[in-house]
Amino acid sequence: MTSTKKDPVLVVLQLTGGNDYFNTIIPYNDSLYYDNRPYVKYERDQIIPIDNELGFMPTMGPVKDLYDQGKVAIIHGIGYPNSPRSHFRSMDIWHTCEPDKVGTEGWAGRMARELDPNKENVLTAINFGHGLPRALAVPGVPVAAIADLGTYGLLTGISDQSQRSLALDLFSRMYSPTVGGSMVGDYLRSTGTDAMKGADIVKIAPEKYSSTVEYPNSPIATHLRDIAQVYLADLGTRIFYTQHGSFDTHAGEAAAHPKLWEEVSQGIAAFFQDLNEHGRGDNVIMYLFSEFGRRVHDNGSGTDHGAAGVSFFIGDPIKGGMYGEYPSRKPEHLEQGDLVPNYDFRGAYSTIVEDWFKMDAKPIVNGNFQKLPVLK
Amino acid sequence: MSHKEDLALMAHLMRRAGFGATREELERRVAKGYEATVEELINPTEAQPAGRMALLLRYHPSFLLPGGVPFSAQANWMYQMISTQRPLEEKMALFWHHVFATGNSKVDNADQMLEQVEMFRKYGMGNYQTMLVELSRNPAMIFWLDNNENHRDAVNENWGRELLELFSMGVSNYTEVDVREVSRAFTGWTIAPKLPRLPYGRFPWKFEYKEEDHDDTEKSFLGETGRFNGEDVIDIIVKEPATARFICRHLYNFFVADEPQVPAWTIEPARDEEALEMMIDSFVSSGYEVKAVLKTMFNSEFFKKARFAKIKSPTEVVAGTLKMVGEFQFPDVGLLQIGKEPTYMGQSLLDPPSVEGWHTGSEWINSGSLLARINFVADRVANTQLPGIQTIISQMKSDGVRTPEDLVDASLEHMGYLELAEETKGQLLEYARKGGNLDWKNQETAGRRVGEMLALIGATTEYQFG
Repeated sequence: MTSTKKDPVLVVLQLTGGNDYFNTIIPYNDSLYYDNRPYVKYERDQIIPIDNELGFMPTMGPVKDLYDQGKVAIIHGIGYPNSPRSHFRSMDIWHTCEPDKVGTEGWAGRMARELDPNKENVLTAINFGHGLPRALAVPGVPVAAIADLGTYGLLTGISDQSQRSLALDLFSRMYSPTVGGSMVGDYLRSTGTDAMKGADIVKIAPEKYSSTVEYPNSPIATHLRDIAQVYLADLGTRIFYTQHGSFDTHAGEAAAHPKLWEEVSQGIAAFFQDLNEHGRGDNVIMYLFSEFGRRVHDNGSGTDHGAAGVSFFIGDPIKGGMYGEYPSRKPEHLEQGDLVPNYDFRGAYSTIVEDWFKMDAKPIVNGNFQKLPVLK
Repeated sequence: MSHKEDLALMAHLMRRAGFGATREELERRVAKGYEATVEELINPTEAQPAGRMALLLRYHPSFLLPGGVPFSAQANWMYQMISTQRPLEEKMALFWHHVFATGNSKVDNADQMLEQVEMFRKYGMGNYQTMLVELSRNPAMIFWLDNNENHRDAVNENWGRELLELFSMGVSNYTEVDVREVSRAFTGWTIAPKLPRLPYGRFPWKFEYKEEDHDDTEKSFLGETGRFNGEDVIDIIVKEPATARFICRHLYNFFVADEPQVPAWTIEPARDEEALEMMIDSFVSSGYEVKAVLKTMFNSEFFKKARFAKIKSPTEVVAGTLKMVGEFQFPDVGLLQIGKEPTYMGQSLLDPPSVEGWHTGSEWINSGSLLARINFVADRVANTQLPGIQTIISQMKSDGVRTPEDLVDASLEHMGYLELAEETKGQLLEYARKGGNLDWKNQETAGRRVGEMLALIGATTEYQFG
């Protein structure tokens, strides 16, 4: 096993659907905010000020608390040139770091390959959710996908527990190496054994875990609790990936957006509180991103797809504060009505790869991009 | 051949030429005969309608024009796969989707993706030359490979290159100049200006030929010279021996047995050269009729012998299982979920990873996808409430299945006449013996044991092959 307590660990939290940057970190003293958002805005007295210019939207209080402790870095104006404003294409670009062609390998999967080149740990990278996001998909790199840690495993459909353990015993024998098997058969057997091993190892995480922290009842908080359990069980997992959404608030944003951020913020607060209760917050960073921001002017009940967005780094190792510039809201500076990105997301990834994991970023993000001094 | 052997062969045919069949359907088809079944699959009549789209329209109208919601489009296709009475037509649509891989990640218009699949249904078993012309005019494809950016005065080679490299001849059979010339021949083949998506949503895309943007000057392509347009280039392409070989090898890989991945085809010899030659002969002598190759292939000995020589694709696992257990015969709630299931196993329908399509064979399998496959199958076949499983249980009861040996054998038959390695079978038997004979007086327990045995068979390495 490559696991030691001090191996740096990354949690990626993807805000799927295009989070409204303009309504997340709000330039609350700018009249252009109120002019552009006749219907979809937060009232000034509810916005949580950061400084004289900017504030968190109202349900991000728990994140503001972490910010006040110096643990949150806000990355302004993130994106990439010529945003296609399409969810799928845009998410693909964020996942593969290929803005000009259709990429096949995910950046986080490439990191996993570098972190565990001999595939010693079947749990080096885990997605919490169904299947794999393209960010984690690289042929030949084992990545686990856990929809629900409590029920994760093989043949979970067999409800009778004694029958199931007999079935699992049979499975392990059926998948043990045989003499004179075909190459494909051997490959299947070793993969099945890996899968069972992974499920077996990860099973101990909830058993080992105890905490006084109560996570709120939301899908993202549940995933974050599962992540905390696996991390605290020291199974050598280096990349945790999960997502929450949908932030695609074309309509009804005034109701949906605060609820989404309430779930995310409370989940994050519980997660870090949990790590701190166990004295284990020192080698985890969390990275939050969304595939794009949203249109500056609202559409009467929501906002449409935009360009520049906001990212966050959170954790004890993070040097809190604001990085970069909030893009100009002046009409003459917008492109197709959108905030123009002024910082390339691949720079944020490079920061993670080089300054956190101490690896070469170029082959992972496909080029050289400006990093950010967000790590202590 | 014994009746059982007939059924096993028919099960093989229906797995490959469709998405599997229940015992009842196999019996019916065996009564009709193997070659007659092949004929019916290749030439479906009006008595065999495609998927139950009227029902889908009534219960899930948004699935027919899903616009910006690709999951609904995936569910739509999955429903067609399990409800069609034209299984080969549907399987061929999936085949062409593998070859002419177009992805919603860029197209971002699920309506157009479904329209492309419909085009595959319509032309998929017809003439390959016609298919290529239709493909060249297909709006999703034009946008996917940027032919709308291919202008008389500014050539974009994306479509021209992939047409040669991935859709017809394969690499190393043409030059860079040929790519350029083909691309020039397709200048002006574009889509009509798209209407803004907002506020009314996505509008249908339409093919448009723009005479004024077409480069009508002379071109030289593979030794021929003329003022070629797109159709002329396709005429030349289909006659190339490399094309027949490339398409037939794709068909062999998809329907008969796993070949190495496409990029290796210039280096690795075909798995069965003689079989490939037979298929190529049918293709060329029929004037590039896909049906002719299919008929030769399905009726051949090499096909009949190729049982369990392919790893099932995720789509085959999901559709095959749903057909077997009789789930979603009716488009009820939860249908959205079944379109996502292949994604969890590594095959996001309508969204292949790139224009090269999916890597098949053992590359379908990794620890995550194997777990997802096994659990998906086990969750369903062990569910004795599902109609297909209830039918299997009552059939076993009336067939007098009693001993552990009977139980394993009958279960294997119901799982598609699966053939197991001696050792695996021994292990299953040992497991079955622990429960002793089936006691049909306690139908619930007996049924549960049948479900468990089916689930365990679904978990074998052998079951990953189809």
